[in-house]
Amino acid sequence: MNLRRLFAIVMKELRQMRRDRITLAMIVGIPVMQLVLFGYAINLNLRGLDTGIADLSNTAASRALVMDMVATGVIDPAVSATSPQQLMEGLRRGEISIGVVIPPDFERRRFEGREAVQVLVDGSDTVVQSAAVQLAQLPLNTQPRTNASTAGAVGQTGPGQVSVVSFYNPQRRSAINIVPGLIGVILTMTMVLFTGVAIVRERERGNMELLIATPLSSSELMIGKVLPYAAIGLIQTTVILVLGVWLFDVPIRGSLLDVYLAAVLLILANLTLGLLISTKAQSQFQAMQMTFFVFLPSILLSGFMFPFAGMPKVVQWLAEILPLTHFLRLIRGIMLRGAGLFELWPDVLALLAFIMVMMALAISRFRKRLD
Amino acid sequence: MNAQVAPDTAGDLAIRARGLTKRFGQLVAVNHVNLSVPRANVYGFLGPNGSGKTTTIRMLCGLLTPTEGDVEVLGLRIPEQAEELRRRIGYMTQKFSLFEDLTVRENLEFLAAVQDIPRAQAAKRIDELVEQYHFADRQKQLAGTMSGGQKQRLALAGAVIQKPELLFLDEPTSAVDPESRRDFWEKLFDLADAGTTILVSTHYMDEAERCHRIAILDRGVLVADGTPDELTHALAGRTLEVMADQPRRAQKVLLDVPGVLSVAQIGNALRVLNDANGDAAARVKKALDDAGLEADVSASTPNLEDVFVSSTRGRDHAQDAGTPEKAA
Repeated sequence: MNLRRLFAIVMKELRQMRRDRITLAMIVGIPVMQLVLFGYAINLNLRGLDTGIADLSNTAASRALVMDMVATGVIDPAVSATSPQQLMEGLRRGEISIGVVIPPDFERRRFEGREAVQVLVDGSDTVVQSAAVQLAQLPLNTQPRTNASTAGAVGQTGPGQVSVVSFYNPQRRSAINIVPGLIGVILTMTMVLFTGVAIVRERERGNMELLIATPLSSSELMIGKVLPYAAIGLIQTTVILVLGVWLFDVPIRGSLLDVYLAAVLLILANLTLGLLISTKAQSQFQAMQMTFFVFLPSILLSGFMFPFAGMPKVVQWLAEILPLTHFLRLIRGIMLRGAGLFELWPDVLALLAFIMVMMALAISRFRKRLD
Repeated sequence: MNAQVAPDTAGDLAIRARGLTKRFGQLVAVNHVNLSVPRANVYGFLGPNGSGKTTTIRMLCGLLTPTEGDVEVLGLRIPEQAEELRRRIGYMTQKFSLFEDLTVRENLEFLAAVQDIPRAQAAKRIDELVEQYHFADRQKQLAGTMSGGQKQRLALAGAVIQKPELLFLDEPTSAVDPESRRDFWEKLFDLADAGTTILVSTHYMDEAERCHRIAILDRGVLVADGTPDELTHALAGRTLEVMADQPRRAQKVLLDVPGVLSVAQIGNALRVLNDANGDAAARVKKALDDAGLEADVSASTPNLEDVFVSSTRGRDHAQDAGTPEKAA
């Protein structure tokens, strides 16, 4: 490893990047755009959902319950119905997103500790779903079955008196996880893509034939290519954190240093993966296809979209291979639960192992040969 | 034909290849080529597109692994010692391979660093090259915005930045106007004078004629090898010039005459290349008379194009009987 040659590659990359406006725009544009898009979806789920209410009991207690629900601001009582069927009809037509059914025997059910209220949810929209879950957490002398750990309801009577029935999509997710997770998603997308394309572009334009005919070594070339993008990854992380805190009040309960260390681990994991892709792809288009091949499972299986615990064992093993899975555990632990990076050492180790294996594979696969 | 190889005292040879072969699946791109390139020579590789020039050059500088054959370049065994060789050669690729989105100076700085030229010397060397290759007022221009001739000059400057002992140039002038080509060749002779061995591939006859020695490649086979003089003299008596009133008709007639390898029209004259059997002039005259065509037949001096046609066309006739018409 010769530092002068390594530095030459890094300088060259930075100079080229500076002149590549589209890449420059993507570096900041992608995080800002995604964050704002996802971020406002988070905001939406707390306000004014069109709701149909079928109060079949119509007692003082049931009317008080409805008023409590409306007072949260989550629902907006748009339709008043006389039967659960009417509500389901409204859901199907999209007139309402949530239906609240209070059965005629509401008082007795409540007294007996059985399910007293049913909330019908348009589960095809996950944002609506999480709002409904919050609705079910209202301290109505009840404790929701689905979220037993929620602090507010502790000490109240009877489990499962408000039940949430989700139509069309049995999954549930929690909105608070999105912004920390988004750091991982954006880094996964941009880092793999940037490095994958960076080397293949060199091959497409014919620069590679020049480079491999010089004394430059494989590791100098690979590491020199990766370093500038690692810096970009840190810039992106910063953009997301600043916007996340400023626009959406996302908490950073752990140390900021730990957040960045975790980000560095994910960045390196993705960059080395990108390098491996670049040794295989013949064209920039192929590199992009392969990036998507990694990106989709990352988003779907890592726990960003769907809860990890709910997946079949085989899929979980698969997800354990993906760097994003480990990063999500780290970043949620650090930012939301205030954990220290090294308390979460299994995931740190997993990421380190991933980086080592990918780098070794990439360097051994890269030949200073054309055949 | 590749017989006149100096006995194996490799000291004065820059490149020595025996039985060099490269197969890509079924295709034999380079077929048992023997090559001896003396030091401080400009050695030309002549051949049409697809004749295996680029593949051969890539094997010689260690970028492709030969399927068969022994190669020794600057005394190093290739491909085993290719890494060591890379410090001592310059390679100018067929396609412009410097960075189009870097400036002239940035490109040279990058190459200087990658070639391990110490920082202090690098700046001096770059200034020197900028001067010699006329980039004084273009140092800050992006390489991608320059003309074909300027790019090719920059590529040459980049290939010689570390003062290599051996320089490989793969069709360096294919996208360049005639004046730039002349300048370019002046630069090559300057380098050869200074002791650099140069292996240059081309499909231009006039460039081949300038080389100290040339090798002709045809579909992966080395079909001729020697100095331009040796090669042309070997054809003495086999080239004729025919002045006819109706050159197109005469050409048709002559193509059917046994022993005629090619008939090319040059202005009003026809240039006829024959194989080595018997009295070609008499045969040609008789054929024209029989066809009732008025024509003057005289001997002419063979040139490199004739060498090229005779060494490639001979193989055509042997393989697929008689596809007529002109040489490349």
